[in-house]
Formats: sequence, structure tokens, C-alpha cells
Amino acid sequence: MSLSLSPEEQAIAARRDGAGIAMRIVAESARLLGAPRLIPIASTHIDGALYHGDSGTLFAEKLVEGGAQVAVRSTLNVGALDLMGCSRVRLEEPQRGMARRMMEAYRKLGCEQSWTCAPYQAGHRPALGSDVAWGESNAVVFCNSVLGARTNRYGDFLDIACAIVGRAPDYGLHRPENRKARLVFDVSGLSPSFLASEIAWPVLGSLYGREVGNAIGVVAGVAAHPGEDALKAFGAAAASSGAVGLFHIAGVTPEAPHVEAILAGPEPEAVIRVTPAMVAKARAGLSTAAATKTIDAVAIGSPHLSNAEFDSLERLIAGRRLAVPIYACTGRHALAQLERDGRRKRLEACGVVIVADTCVVVTPIMPELGPELGNGVLMTNSGKFAHYAPGNTGYAVLYASLADCVESAVLGKPVFTDIAA
Amino acid sequence: MSAAAEILVPGKAGEGEALVLTAPISFWGGVDPKTGRIADVRHPQHGEVISGRVLFLPGTIGSSSASAVLMELVHNGRAPAALVLHEPDAILLLGLIVAREMGWETPMAIRLERGAFDAYRGAAVRVGADGAVTIAV
Repeated sequence: MSLSLSPEEQAIAARRDGAGIAMRIVAESARLLGAPRLIPIASTHIDGALYHGDSGTLFAEKLVEGGAQVAVRSTLNVGALDLMGCSRVRLEEPQRGMARRMMEAYRKLGCEQSWTCAPYQAGHRPALGSDVAWGESNAVVFCNSVLGARTNRYGDFLDIACAIVGRAPDYGLHRPENRKARLVFDVSGLSPSFLASEIAWPVLGSLYGREVGNAIGVVAGVAAHPGEDALKAFGAAAASSGAVGLFHIAGVTPEAPHVEAILAGPEPEAVIRVTPAMVAKARAGLSTAAATKTIDAVAIGSPHLSNAEFDSLERLIAGRRLAVPIYACTGRHALAQLERDGRRKRLEACGVVIVADTCVVVTPIMPELGPELGNGVLMTNSGKFAHYAPGNTGYAVLYASLADCVESAVLGKPVFTDIAA
Repeated sequence: MSAAAEILVPGKAGEGEALVLTAPISFWGGVDPKTGRIADVRHPQHGEVISGRVLFLPGTIGSSSASAVLMELVHNGRAPAALVLHEPDAILLLGLIVAREMGWETPMAIRLERGAFDAYRGAAVRVGADGAVTIAV
């Protein structure tokens, strides 16, 4: 099936301005993907404003010079700089200037200055069943799975091009028949106390991503809604260990009132029965550091922390002074609340470093430890940080619950509480 | 020997030593955008440089920022001489599509059966403007 464009779309594609560039990019991608047509979209979330090199900045500026504007609501994912000035980013010139120019170009295109990887907690929640074009793997999986809006994984450049033309290629997860589950991921063999614990969802997400890859599965055996922050952690971990773009949880997510309702056929192609041993292995796999006596830092907030997560953080710190910093990554939506109620000052006085607009694995913030000091050790409760921190920061990782992360930061050495699966 | 391949993204005809990857690669984090060197220590061709080579790709994995890395290689003059893919990869090839819109000279991307890759290993390969792949003598 070859791509067919409407006369209006063809007219835009023939133009020399920014909209013409965007339409040609969307149409060329649709052709490569085998999409028969373009469909209108309700919103976009744009991951393309993170600086990877000068060419991305020049592209965004070319769109601005061509008079392009986004046609639908468009939020921005993290950039490479903390524009709120909460933390110091060690990006040097000329990269720093180019990263700033890039962020500025996306603002001029009409994108919202949200600068967060959790736009769905910053007021951007497309309706169930609506078509959207979102980037950033955790945002994509949350949007599809928890909100029930429909998006594929939109990569750099295609996200802003879709935003400008207000259209996306009709393929993949935009089509209802491609959203059905083929696998069942059964967690009924795990203890209720483990499932209620904070580490359950990031650990299960990491296991789920490795088991299902890019297939679509439904999680069965979950008795109660685990809360939105738990689903956020599950999706982020699953999208970093596998290519998960959509999951279902029977009785919890909107397209899966029960298992049978979302299965593609009368029987699943496979049932993955999760055992405590599989969970223990997945949990151990999130750490890369061997037994260590000290830690250098704690990083939390991938995806960005919600206000509810800041509540937990403050309760666990309980006014104590930290021996090593906790880098707490978040967006302006949560920061505004922290400033209003005076919590930002209180947390910073204890030794928390709030990181806004960006995060510690996409841009250099944490100190570079020289070879004479050995590699640094980072503790985190995020499955996504655990996955990316070793490659992107050079720090080895220890995975633990938020409570253990806080105790470890207070003492400067790792503390683990046993939570049996 | 010679084969006619489907053109995925048109571009400049290219010639270079074939580099046949034996495992899929993630461009983001896997290829240095400044030097074109394969930086992923777990990749079998770790340390090889893709710049100026006719790059045979059995598949790509990982981040959706692959397009940004390929466009950065084009901008830095460190792109492969041509890309040969088993199947079209819209995220990676977007890097070439956008680079063309920027007015930069880009290599061609063509599609060839994976089974045919081995015949080109180590040879000097030419990809013509019509998509024909030939071993130079």
C-alpha cells in the first residue's frame, strides 16, 4: 500500500517554508513506515529539544526562520540545561550556547516550556482513544497505557514535524487492532506485601521489558490500583529494558477491564508466570556496583518526581542532614508547588540538590570523579536511572527503595532493607 | 558482482570499503557522532569507524535519537559512504531525510536482503545513483 496525501497536504509539501519542510519529513517517514495516509493528531510531546550536536540546533532554527508554528498543543521534554537555575550544569561553551539556542528555537515554534519527561503530571493528558504524537519512551508508554491515548514512539525531528503539520503517519499503535495483548504476564504468584512495596513496580517493569521486548502484554493478578506514580515507574523501567510502547494491567489500565477483553485471540500466545526468583534476579540486575562501603550520591526522579513523591522524600528525610547529596530531578510544574509552600528551601537545607528542566543522566551535573578516586557509586530507586546511569555518567549503580536511598544518603553508606518477593 | 537494490533514501553515489555489522546497533550511545567510531563496547565491531565505509546494517535497536546521531555524522562530514539496510528503519533514516532538507549532501540508503551482505565483506564497494551495488575491481 503506498502513501496517499490529500490535495491540501500535497500543497503544503510543495512549499519552501517551515511547514513545507515539516510536511515532507512526515510524508517521507510515512512512506518508509508503509503508512497509507496521514491522520490528524490532538497533541505532541517533543523529545527533540535535547542537544546532541549542532545539527539539531540548526534544524530547529531553520524551522523558525521558515515561519513554522506548532498546530497542536506541544509540550517539551527535558533539555540539556537547568533554566530555573536550581542546579549547576557542567556543559561548556560552545555546546552550552548551542543547547540554549536549541531550547530557544523550540520555544519560538510555539511549544510549551514544560521541560519535563512527565508531561502527563504537568497537566498534559490527552483523552482516551485520541491520536497524538509523543516522544520520550516513558511518556509514550504512559500515554498509551495509562491514559489510553494512541501514539507510536516518535523520534527526534519527526515529533516537531508532526506538531507543525498537526498530522502523523497512520500505522502501528494508532490502529486499534495493533493494541491488543498477545502475552499474559501473571504476577499472582508474588506476595501481596511485595506487590504493595515501593520497589515492586520498577523491578517488575524492568523484568517485563526484558521478557516481552516489543510485544504487547497484559499484566494479570494485580488486586488493587497501585497508584499513578507506580505505573509511571513500571512503564519507564519497561521502556528502558525493552522496546515497550504499550502495556495493559487487567482491572487497572483503561483498555483492559479484564484479561480476556484485551487479548488479541481466544488464548494468549504465551503466559509468563512471574516467580519470586525471577523478581530477585531482575532486582539484582538493576545494580552494577559490587559490594561497596560507601556511596557518592543518590539520584531520584526518572521520570520526574511528582509532588506526592516529594512528600515521601521529605517525610523520609525528616529534617536530617544528608552525608551525600540526593539529586532530585523534576519539572517546573512540581517546582512551583515546592517554592510556594517553602519546601524547596527546607529540602535544600538538608542537602537535596533539586534539578529542574533536565536530569542527571542526559547532561553533566554530578561531579566527575577522576580515575584516582575510582568510579563513583550512585544509588537510585529508578529503574530507568539504573539502566542508563552507568553508560551516561560513569557511575556504578546500586538499586534500592526510596526509604533505603534516603537512609543511605544520611549515613553515606548503603543500607538495604529486605523485601521478599 | 552486482545487485540492483531498492533506494530507501536517495543521495550521493558512494564508494568505500564494506563494513558488514554482525549485530544490530544503537546509534545513540553506540556510535560517536564526532568520529564515527563504534563506541558500544559490547558490539562485535567495537572500535571500527563507519565514516566513509559502505555500512551494511543487520538492524538497529535502542534510542529514538538515532536520527540525531546520523544527522550529526552527516553535518560533521563523518557519515558512511552509503547505508545498506535489510529493512527500512524510519527512525535512523529520518537523520538522512532531515539532513537533505537542510541542504546537506547525504549518502544513499538502500535495501538489500540480509543474506547477500556476506558477499561484500571486506571488499571495495560502490553504490551507484541508481541503487546498483557493485564490487570495484
